[in-house]
Amino acid sequence: MTLTDLANPTRFLALTARLLPWLAAATAILLLIGLYQSAVAPDDYQQGATVKIMFIHVPNAWLAMFVWGVMSVAALGTLVWRHPLADVAAKAAAPIGAAFTFLALVTGSLWGRPMWGTYWEWDARLTSVLILFLMYLGVIALWRAVEDPSRAARAAAVLTLVGAINLPIIKFSVDWWNTLHQPASVFRMGGPTLDRAFLIPLLVMAVAFSLLFVTLHLAAMRNEILRRRVRTLQMAQAQTIQASRRSA
Amino acid sequence: MTLGPYASFILTSYLVVTAVVLILIAWIAVDYRRQKLRLRELEASGITRRSGRSAADIR
Repeated sequence: MTLTDLANPTRFLALTARLLPWLAAATAILLLIGLYQSAVAPDDYQQGATVKIMFIHVPNAWLAMFVWGVMSVAALGTLVWRHPLADVAAKAAAPIGAAFTFLALVTGSLWGRPMWGTYWEWDARLTSVLILFLMYLGVIALWRAVEDPSRAARAAAVLTLVGAINLPIIKFSVDWWNTLHQPASVFRMGGPTLDRAFLIPLLVMAVAFSLLFVTLHLAAMRNEILRRRVRTLQMAQAQTIQASRRSA
Repeated sequence: MTLGPYASFILTSYLVVTAVVLILIAWIAVDYRRQKLRLRELEASGITRRSGRSAADIR
């Protein structure tokens, strides 16, 4: 099977119908393992048990950026190759990315209160992630505001690519500015600074949440393909009714 | 496992994540059923796809 075969919506539906149960099962198993490892992980010598929030906060924060990256690649597919499945991928990813970003903000806030003494601080990392969340809402609103899917796709693709500028700002905000948020401790030059007791559960949870995203994204893409088929049939129905009225 | 003095923050975090993930799953599942129902209704009214395949073909 080639990538071109996958780009055919009917083949995509058939393939994902077979793939989704396996992906869902793998996600559930990895989530259970990750949650168990998070529960039995030792307390941090400074943060105590609040370090357990890291196991859900960090995967959500990574995915918040990763999903926008996926949408940016799909946006290129829309603008350069004008492939309808690229529009479908971008549209289906936006609400899921918004949910992950919302969770990163909420769990970060709940972690910040006991550790920093505040739920919120207008520092570079927190503010740039809030901007990412608002951009997700903007893209979702744009998709809903424009009725024609292909026109909406082009407008959303431009907004997505402009918004991609925010990704390196989020990533390097902790290096470029003096922030309350801690610097990177996993993906950094010189390797992770986290102890294995925290790193392994974190990586398991990160893979589990990534699989969750893939599963939800493929399912949401299937829904979007079906929605477009419904729209096409509704337009055909409207044309049939119009034609029969004219002839009557 | 003891969660210490900040147990409410830890538990709330996990509960919020669980709730949002469950809402996402339910929303996608309900949307799938809604789209399939609409396709079936349209096909029942005599409107078919150019390929001739029906919504029932979609698993």
